[in-house]
Amino acid sequence: MATLTPVLDIAGLRKSYGGRSVVSGVGFSVPAGVCFGILGPNGAGKTTILRCCLGLASPDEGKILLGGHPVPESACAARRRVGVVPQFDNLDPDFTAGENLLTYGRYFGLKKAEIQRRIPELLDFAGLTDKEKARVQTLSGGMKRRLTLARALINDPDILFLDEPTTGLDPQARHLIWDRLKQLVAHGKTLILTTHFMEEAERLCERLIVLDHGSVVAEGNPRGLIASHIEPDVIEVFGGNAARWAENHRGLCDRLEISGETVFFYCRDTAALRKALDGENGLHFLRRAANLEDVFIKLTGRELRD
Amino acid sequence: MRIHLFFSFFLPILCWFSPGWLPVWQRNFLVWRKLALPSLLGNLADPLIYMLGLGYGLGSLLPQVAGVSYMHYLVAGMAVASTMNAATFETLYSAFSRMHTQKTWDAILVTPLSLDHVLTGELFWAASKSFLSGFAILLVIMALGLAAPPFVLWVIPVIFLTGLAFSALGLIVCALAPSYDFFMYYFTLFITPMLLISGVFFPAEQLPRAVYSVASFLPLSHAILLARPLLLGEYPKDAALHVTALLGIAFVAFSIAVTLTRRRLLK
Repeated sequence: MATLTPVLDIAGLRKSYGGRSVVSGVGFSVPAGVCFGILGPNGAGKTTILRCCLGLASPDEGKILLGGHPVPESACAARRRVGVVPQFDNLDPDFTAGENLLTYGRYFGLKKAEIQRRIPELLDFAGLTDKEKARVQTLSGGMKRRLTLARALINDPDILFLDEPTTGLDPQARHLIWDRLKQLVAHGKTLILTTHFMEEAERLCERLIVLDHGSVVAEGNPRGLIASHIEPDVIEVFGGNAARWAENHRGLCDRLEISGETVFFYCRDTAALRKALDGENGLHFLRRAANLEDVFIKLTGRELRD
Repeated sequence: MRIHLFFSFFLPILCWFSPGWLPVWQRNFLVWRKLALPSLLGNLADPLIYMLGLGYGLGSLLPQVAGVSYMHYLVAGMAVASTMNAATFETLYSAFSRMHTQKTWDAILVTPLSLDHVLTGELFWAASKSFLSGFAILLVIMALGLAAPPFVLWVIPVIFLTGLAFSALGLIVCALAPSYDFFMYYFTLFITPMLLISGVFFPAEQLPRAVYSVASFLPLSHAILLARPLLLGEYPKDAALHVTALLGIAFVAFSIAVTLTRRRLLK
């Protein structure tokens, strides 16, 4: 039953820098063939966990098995079957798109002819069909991101790590990346994705963990997490004197959060609240279904993390 | 335990004999091939202008130096000094750009290659590039009839060894540098004084005794004490000592550079 063996298995991972604990006892496992999300605010420990998984940082404590290889001891062997899309593009600016792929394939010990056979199909996949001879400096941000994705696939990896793959992209470019990532999962690859775009996690991830201050605060699938942590409906009220109005109508919802000028009413039944809002002049409101972002905010708080 | 630590410090040297560093070397070669012309100008034309300008200009004012014409005296130092400069510039500015600015090393470190492979690739790349620089000067020296035929062939490995030692030293500076400005310290406090007291332009023996004894430990002095006699058609005195010194500097400096770069990048 090879498919039941997790492709990434982490237990009791701890890492601190200069006495400050960044990852404090994290454990999770990723089954083969899913897109697994690691969510968390800035500084929650996402990137440190990825670096530990790849053998780029040594954990103070804990065990990591990546593709069956213990890391960091056998990190080089484990990385043979892994592709990585880093948070910041580190393509070779002096090279063309094709030369970037050729050079990167050599790091995996692949033969030139073999890499050159793969280059057209990888560029097609990334929507860069006629860009083989284009210099990286002439590519747009979205194209560079897609080339980085193509580069991560040069060794036909089983496992793909993506560190905030769509940060800084426009909606068109982001949707194209999401579409390609779904295709990869459909082809049996395992994706491990860090993000703080909740929409991205909701669309792509079958399973996810939410990290805060170096610990896992929730684990599950997006719908399950929404159902178990949050009331199904949200009404956001703003404008006028929303905060004072909310204090007087606290009883109309299950839970209330005030953030600046906006009040969030979390409800199982919104009828009474909507009726109360109906005659109010100067108050604006927006009704929507609860989403992963509500879960995330509930678990990690509203304060800034930078 | 102490013996274990001693060996593990030098363990990265084993990487020199594994093929893993070759793709890193190839990557740098491919970039260099695209931008070769300005690079060749900087590495070749500059030292040639100095050599010819000082050699014929200053040389015409001077009687013999250490028993030979000034041009004959100068060429050995110019060949190894230009090798030193090329190795230093490559490992300081270019390697630092790849490590710090372009994050090229970060991209390689998530492939099956390790940091030891990256640094070995960078070491041999800088050694190769500086070898080319020194070797081209050597060709000009030969064309000008300033080299003694059979012995001059031995200058070729001396140039490579010089490049290797200075590349390894440069990688230490690269590992320590917070920014490009830091490199000025290395040039001002190490490279430039060494250039003046190691016997490139004038015999080191005429320096004050204290300075001379310091100079004799410097890597450039070892390179010059090998290259100059060979270009004048003599066997160098204490050749084994100077070769061992340059190799030793390459081994130790590279091992230090690996330790420091690990501390910087793999934390």
